[in-house]
Amino acid sequence: MKSLIFRTITPVIVSVMVLFSIFVLLRGHNEPGGGFIGGLIAVAALSIYGIAFGVETVRRAIVFHPLSIAGAGLLLATLSGLLSMFFKVPFMTGLWVYPVVLGEEIPLSSVMTFDIGVYLVVVGAVTSIALSLEERGED
Amino acid sequence: MNVTDLTFLALCLPFLGALFAPLLTRMFGHNAAWVLALIPAAIFVHFSGFAAEIAQGTAVTGGYTWVPSFDVRFSWLIDGLSLSFILLISGIGALIVLYAGGYLKGHPHQGRFFSFLLMFMGSMLGLVASDSFLMLFVFWELTSITSFLLIGFDHHREAARRAAFQALVVTGGGGLFLLAGLIVLWNISGVTQFSALTALGPLVKASPLYLAVLVLVLGGAFTKSAQFPFHFWLPNAMEAPTPVSAYLHSATMVKAGVYLLMRLNPVLGGTPEWQLILPMFGAATLVIGALLAVRQTDLKLMLAYTTMSSLGLLVMLTGFGAPYAIEAAVLYLVAHSLFKGALFMVAGIIDHETGTRDVTRLGGLRSAMPLTFAIALAAAISMGGLPPFFGFLAKEEVYAVLSSSDPRSIVFAVLAIIGNALMFAIAFAVALKPFAGKPVATPKHAHEAPVLLWLGPAVLALAGLAAAVLSGAVHALFSTPMASAIAGEPRAVAISLVPHIGVPLALSVLTIVIGIALYIGLARVRAGVASALAWIGWGPDRGFDQAISGLVRLSFAITRRLQNGRLDSYMTMTFVAIAVVLLVPPFVFGELALAPVFPSIPLHELAIMIIAVIGLFAVVLAKDRLTAIVSLGIQGFSVAVIFLLYGAPDLAFTQFMIETLAVVILALVMTRLRLSPSDRRPFRQTLPDAAIALACGLGAGLLLLKVTQVPFDTALSDFFAQYSKTIAHGANIVNVIIVDFRGTDTLGEIAVVMIAGLAILSLVRLRAGSLRRIADNDPDAEEAGR
Repeated sequence: MKSLIFRTITPVIVSVMVLFSIFVLLRGHNEPGGGFIGGLIAVAALSIYGIAFGVETVRRAIVFHPLSIAGAGLLLATLSGLLSMFFKVPFMTGLWVYPVVLGEEIPLSSVMTFDIGVYLVVVGAVTSIALSLEERGED
Repeated sequence: MNVTDLTFLALCLPFLGALFAPLLTRMFGHNAAWVLALIPAAIFVHFSGFAAEIAQGTAVTGGYTWVPSFDVRFSWLIDGLSLSFILLISGIGALIVLYAGGYLKGHPHQGRFFSFLLMFMGSMLGLVASDSFLMLFVFWELTSITSFLLIGFDHHREAARRAAFQALVVTGGGGLFLLAGLIVLWNISGVTQFSALTALGPLVKASPLYLAVLVLVLGGAFTKSAQFPFHFWLPNAMEAPTPVSAYLHSATMVKAGVYLLMRLNPVLGGTPEWQLILPMFGAATLVIGALLAVRQTDLKLMLAYTTMSSLGLLVMLTGFGAPYAIEAAVLYLVAHSLFKGALFMVAGIIDHETGTRDVTRLGGLRSAMPLTFAIALAAAISMGGLPPFFGFLAKEEVYAVLSSSDPRSIVFAVLAIIGNALMFAIAFAVALKPFAGKPVATPKHAHEAPVLLWLGPAVLALAGLAAAVLSGAVHALFSTPMASAIAGEPRAVAISLVPHIGVPLALSVLTIVIGIALYIGLARVRAGVASALAWIGWGPDRGFDQAISGLVRLSFAITRRLQNGRLDSYMTMTFVAIAVVLLVPPFVFGELALAPVFPSIPLHELAIMIIAVIGLFAVVLAKDRLTAIVSLGIQGFSVAVIFLLYGAPDLAFTQFMIETLAVVILALVMTRLRLSPSDRRPFRQTLPDAAIALACGLGAGLLLLKVTQVPFDTALSDFFAQYSKTIAHGANIVNVIIVDFRGTDTLGEIAVVMIAGLAILSLVRLRAGSLRRIADNDPDAEEAGR
C-alpha cells in the first residue's frame, strides 16, 4: 500500500502489537490472555506489516518459514507434554519450578512452554495462510 | 529363558529373519537360503519338544497381557491341532526356503523374496498358534497381506498384480467377516480365548446368534480356503513364483480356513446347519475343482485346481459329522500337505529346467531328470491314494466314513469317488506324462535339477512314505492328539498300511479303476470340460472383475454427485444439513423452547445489540462484497462486546482478534479470487439461499433459548474454580483448562491448526493446470484412452 502515513506508523504499531502479544501470552495463566489470543495478535501485526511493506519484507523479518515456526511450536508443545513422563507422572502433567532470580521468585512451568508452543503454532499457521493469500493478491 | 519366552521368541523369529534376509542375500547370494532355512528349522525343533507332552492330551498355553482394559491377551494355545499345523508350516517352510534359494538363484530381488516368505511364515505360525481371538484375526489378515506381496512378487506383470489384488480383496474381505464373527462369539460367550471357548460350545449353539456366527465364520474360512464360489483367486495366485505356490497354496495359507473350522468344531460343530453347509460346499468344491483341473494343461494350474478339490474334501469331512470323519480330515490334511508341496515343487523344477509347464509340450524327461521323476512318482502315488504312502491311509479313512448305507453317505460317497478319481488322473498327468513317452524338444535343454531344488520335494515325498510305514508312531504323536483337539473329546486314530477287506477298500479300488480310465482318456475329458465351460461362458473370476469395475463406477457416480467441485453446492448441502439437525429433533421429540420472558435490558446493552443487528442488515443490503465483509465485522465486534459485558474477557478478547483476522483474510481471499465486486445471484437463487440462512438462524436461536431454559449443571465449573489455583497454579480458569486440565485436547487442536495451515497453503499454491490430475482418474476416460 502506498499510503505514506500508513507506512510511517506501521513499524510502531507492529512492534507494539508483537510486544503486546508476548505480554498477553505470558500473563495468560492468571489473567485474560494465553497462547491462542497472543498468537492471533501477533498474526494481526504481521498481516498489517505485510499490507504495508509487502510479503517479502515480512518473510525476511520472521526469518523462518511460517510453517516451520508452527512446526517448532507443535514440537515444543509435545515435548512439554512428554517431559512429565520422565518424572513418572502421566503425559501432560504440569511441572513447576520456582527459581529465584535477583531476589524475585519466578514461576516457570511445562504448562508455560506448552502455551508458548500453542502461540507459535497459531502464529505460524495463520501467518502462513495470510501471507500466501497476500502474495497471490499481488501477482 | 523359560519356555514361555522361548516360544514367544520362536513366534517372532521369522519376522526378525525377514529383517536380515536382504542383507544375508547380498552377502551370500542364493546360498543365504542355507542360513535362512535354519529359522524355520529352529522353530520346528522348538515346537517338536512339545510333542510328547501334547500326545498325553494336554495343551500348552502361554502369553502376555496385551490390552488389559479389553481383556485382550497375546496368548498362544499349543494343542494337537496347532502343533501339527506348526510343524507342517515350519518343516515345509524350511524346505521351501531352500527350494526358493535354488529356484530364484540370481534373481535381483531374491532377498526381498526371502523376506516376504519369512514374514508370511511368521504370520501363518502366529495364526495357528493364537489362543486369543484378536491375535488370530491380526495374523489372519497378515497372511492375506504377506500373500499379496508374494503373489504380486513379479509386479511388473499385470497378471501378477491382478492376481495379488484379487487374492487380497477376497481373503482380506473374508477376514472382515471373521472379525465380525469373532466379535459376536465374544459377545455370546464373554471370553476372548479359544481355550476358554471350547467348554462353552453348548452355550454358543443355543444362542439365537448362532446362525450369524456360523455364517460370518464361514465367510472367513470359505474365502481363505478357496471354497466354491470363492475359489477363483487360488488358481490366479499361480502367477506367483513356484515356491510361493508350493508353500501358500498347498500346505499352509489355504488351509487356514480349514484350520479355523477345525478349531471351532467343538464350539460350532455338530449342529444340523454345520452338517448341511460344510459338506455341501465342500463336496461342490471337490467336484468342481477336479473338473476344472482336468481342463488345464499348465502343470501348476492343474495342481492348483486339485488343491481346491482337496480343500473341498477337507471342509466336507470337517462338517460331515459321521464317525471317523475328523480322523479322515486329519490324515488327509497331513497327506495333502506332503504330496501337494512336493508336486508343486516338481512342477517348478520342470518349469525351471525345461522352460515350459505345458503338459502337452513335455515328454520323455525320465532319462534327463531321473531323480525328479522318482520324486514326482512318489508324490503322485500318495496323491492317488496308493500304498505304501500316507495318502493311502487318508483315502481309506475317507471311504470308511462314507461307506455307510444311508442316502446322505451314498450321495457324498459318489461325489468323493468322482473327485478322487479325477484327482488320481491329474496326479499322474502331472507326475507321469512329462516323464513318460518319447522326449519332446523343450525351450531349454532339460537336465537334472541342483540339490537346492530337489532336496525339498524329496524330503516331502519320503516323509509321505515314512509317515505311512511308521503310522503307529505318527498316529500316537500327531494324528490322535490332533483329531482329539478338533473333536473336543479323545479320539484314537489306528489305521495302518495293512489293508482291511471291506467296503472302503472296494471303493478305493473303484476310484483307482475310474482314475486310470480318466488318465488314459484325459485329452477327451479335457475337451469335454472345455466345451462345457465355453458353453457356460461366465465364472466367478469374471464376476469378480465385473463387481470391482461396478464398484468403481458406483463410487465415481456418487463422487460426481456429491463432490461436484462447486463451492455453492457444498455450502448449500452443509447448511441444509445444519438446519435439519437443528430444527427437526426439537419438533420430533417435543423439546421446543418456551417463549422467552423479555428481561429489562440496560440501555447500553440494548444499543450494542442494535448495532449488531444493523451490521447484519448492512451485510445483506451491501452493494459490493468488500462492504459486506466489513459489515459482518460490525456484528462480530458487537457480540464480542456483549461477551465482555457478561464477564467473559477471554472469549471477548479472542472474538476481537478472530473478527479482525477474519475480515483481513476474507478480504484477501476476495482479491485473490477476482470475483465481480458485487453479488449477482439471480432472485431465484437468493430466495432459497435466504430461506436456508433463516432456517439455520432460527434453529440456532431455538437451541440457545432451550439451553438457557434447562437447569445449569455447575459441577464442572465448580471443579475448575476450586482446583484451578490449587492444582494448576493459575487464576485464569479458561487458560488453565486450555493448557493444563484439557491440555491433550489443545495439543490435538494445535495439530489441526498446523495441518489446516499446510492444507490451505497447498490449496492456495495450486495452479489451474494441476487440477487436471483429478480428471485423469476417471475410469471411463481411461478406458476410452486404451
